[in-house]
This record gives sequence, C-alpha cells and structure tokens, in this order.
Amino acid sequence: MKYIDEFRSKELAHTLADAIAREADTGREYRLMEFCGGHTHAIFRYGVQELMPSNVKFIHGPGCPVCVLPIGRIDNAIELVQQHDVILCTYGDMMRVPASGRNSLLKVKAAGGDVRMVWSTQDALKVARDNPHRQVVFFAIGFETTTPPTAVAIEQAAEERLANFSVFCNHVLTPAAIRKILEPAETPEAEQVAIDGFLGPSHVSAIIGTRPYESLVEKYRKPVVIAGFEPLDVMQSARMLIRQLNQGRVEVENEYTRVVTREGNRKAQALVARVLELRRNFEWRGLGMVPSSALQIRSGWSEFDAEQCFPVPEITASDVRGCECPQILRGVKKPVDCKLFGAVCTPENPMGSCMVSSEGACAAYWSYGRFRDGSQETAA
Amino acid sequence: MCLAMPAEVIAIDGETGKVNLGGVHKEISLALVEDVQVGDFVLVHVGYALNKVSPEEAKQTLAMFAEAGLGGAG
Ligand code: SF4
Repeated sequence: MKYIDEFRSKELAHTLADAIAREADTGREYRLMEFCGGHTHAIFRYGVQELMPSNVKFIHGPGCPVCVLPIGRIDNAIELVQQHDVILCTYGDMMRVPASGRNSLLKVKAAGGDVRMVWSTQDALKVARDNPHRQVVFFAIGFETTTPPTAVAIEQAAEERLANFSVFCNHVLTPAAIRKILEPAETPEAEQVAIDGFLGPSHVSAIIGTRPYESLVEKYRKPVVIAGFEPLDVMQSARMLIRQLNQGRVEVENEYTRVVTREGNRKAQALVARVLELRRNFEWRGLGMVPSSALQIRSGWSEFDAEQCFPVPEITASDVRGCECPQILRGVKKPVDCKLFGAVCTPENPMGSCMVSSEGACAAYWSYGRFRDGSQETAA
Repeated sequence: MCLAMPAEVIAIDGETGKVNLGGVHKEISLALVEDVQVGDFVLVHVGYALNKVSPEEAKQTLAMFAEAGLGGAG
C-alpha cells in the first residue's frame, strides 16, 4: 500500500541502522521515550530495538488511551448501561478493559446490557437516529486524534436536534502528560525515569501541529521529534534525536512532514475549541491527577454531555493486585517485571489495561517480544 | 486505537468520501479537512480523514532515508 510499504523497506532499515550505529556515541546512553503506544507497537512488530546499538534504548510511555483511562470511568460507563438503561456506543478497544470487580463492557453486554461497538462517531449518531426512544451515549476516549470526530458528532447532533444523544467525554491531551512526566517535583525520586528525548506521536500532531511542544522543550530542555508510525519513521526519528543530543541542540523537529506541519489542522482545532474546553483536573492511570490534561463539553452544549444528563459520580477504584500498569505507563517498569505477565495475564484474559489494546506495552511484549528480554539476558 | 492509515480518496459526496483502504472501500467523513480532491491521499482514523498526505514531503523523507547510506548529513 502506498505510503506504507515504502516506509517498511528492510533494505532501508539496515541503511538507517548502520547510520545510527555510526552516529551514536558509544560513550553514552540514549534513552528515548516513545510516548505513543502506536510506536511501541511498531518497535516490537518490526524488531526496531534489535536494529539499534545497545546504548540506544526505547522507554515506553503512557500514550495508549485505553491504558490511561482510570477504572472509575469505566465503572461509570457500566453504570450508565445498567442503572440508566442507555445504549452505550464505544470503540472496540474499550470492550475488554477490566473494570472494578473483574467486570468489563464485554461482560456487561454478554449479560444483556446494550453495549455497541462502533467504528466511528457517525455510527453512534446512526444508532441514536435509529432508536429515538432510547438514550444513546457515546463513550468518547482518546487523545487529540479522536477528539475532533467527537466534536463533529456533537455539532451534528445539535443540528439534527437529536435529543437522545450524548457523549461521555474522556478525551485527554498529550503535551500535558509529557509535562507531567518531566516535572520532577511531581514524582518521587525513586520513580523518576531518566529520559534524554521524546518521539512525539505523529497522528496527534496531524491535528495539533508541532507547536504545542515548543514551550515544553524550552522549559524542560529535552528534544522532541514528531515521528511517523512506520518502522523507518521510528528509526529516522531516533536518529534525529541522537543527532540533537550529540550536537547539544534541544529542539522540536518533525520527521513526519508528509502529514504534520507546525500549525496542524486548523479546521479541526477550531471545531474542537467550539465544542470542548479544558477540564481542570483529570485522573490518568499511572500518572495520577494531571491538571489541564483533559477536555470536557462546553456548557453551551450541556444537553449533549452525558455527565450533565446522568449522575456520573466520582469513583475511586484500584487496579487488580499485582498489576504494574501504572509503573509501566510511566516507563518505570517493563511488562516482564510484572509477576502476572504471561502467567495470569494474557490478551485473551487481561488483568490490566496495558494487556488489552494492541498499543499497550504488555500486549506488545506478549505478541512480539515475550522471549526477547529473556534471550538477551541469557546472551549477556 | 490511535492507528490511522493513509488511504486514497476515490469518491466525494459532500462531506462524505469513499476511500480505498488496502482494497477495501470504506465511507469516511471529510468534515475535518479542506480542499480534498479525488486522488488525494488522506490519513484515515476512526472513520474520519484527519489530514492530507503530501506526496512531495513523502518523497523527500524517503530520499533522506536513502541518503543515510551515503554517510551524508541527510
Ligand atoms: S501483565 Fe497484565 S497485570 Fe501485569 S502490568 Fe501488564 S496488564 Fe497489568
């Protein structure tokens, strides 16, 4: 497929690997956090880590929207179905995420709850049109990529006067999470991870552009390269970070120029700004409360806000005992450090959110690399 | 979940477009993009085109990968 196959060429991967090996200074380590689960997935699927010199390390970050959603919000969604009899529309990835008491939306559906998987917010609108006598709630999750489609749906619902449609908004913001990771005052010393630079998510920047990272880079003095999701993109972006570090530069650079500009998609940004506004505080699994890190529906659109239409209490719920998702999402631990990994927790029977989505670090380790860390240890 | 794919727009009807996603034809919303023409490639995510793909920039990026083999500044 065009714009995919060329960026997966084996030959060029080796060319880039050689270039990186030449350029990386053997006297130091390069610890690069790939913020986004899409990158984690690519790194594992294509064996990118193995193509890197041993002193270039990828640290997996919290950029998996399913993984960072706190359990309490899934419990809220389940309550909407079971206590308020709504039709809940959700993206497929949410179905198997463990909620409190070993519950999940999939189990709720199996028990007769009306939970429907949708591909797009357009499908959710259709469900509302087709069921005028039922309340339909779209369970909106995701980073800046999935936010504009939610905003489109709300505007469309208003235009069509769809009185039975609302959105349970859980959209979160990438730069706020990176700030949280870099803010030393916010993390106990033992939990701080050394990071030299970031691979920034490219699809997020297709919407927000590269500009929102500029102030972060200036303040925390860590380079960011907006990196495409194909393996060659990841490698070239790592190379660009290595160069910045070698030359003592600290900048926002853009590897994914085929889609991303500094300004991003202004039309989408304007749409989001019309319908959504900053939430003062939002809880992230792994990162805890992060100020100004999420969006909520503006008061002018409150009739489409499920949190205004239904009681949505704040629920504090804890992870399954032994699940290390919170530490894994911060890059402090690896999936193989979790005692449940592979033994009790697998993609078929996930105990934590990081095992559910293909972008979760545990799922990536399980699918592509579960023996790799072990074999490296034996080789050493 | 965050995965998005480049796909070619093969038909446009108002704010709805049809794309070819690896041989599969899918209807997507073009509400988020401007000036899309049939034949353009767009980045498709959860049923929406997020942005257009620039053929010139893609070419340049690929050239940069190839230049890495020359030990140049690429
Ligand atoms: S392996 Fe399972 S239980 Fe362990 S951290 Fe990952 S998701 Fe949680």
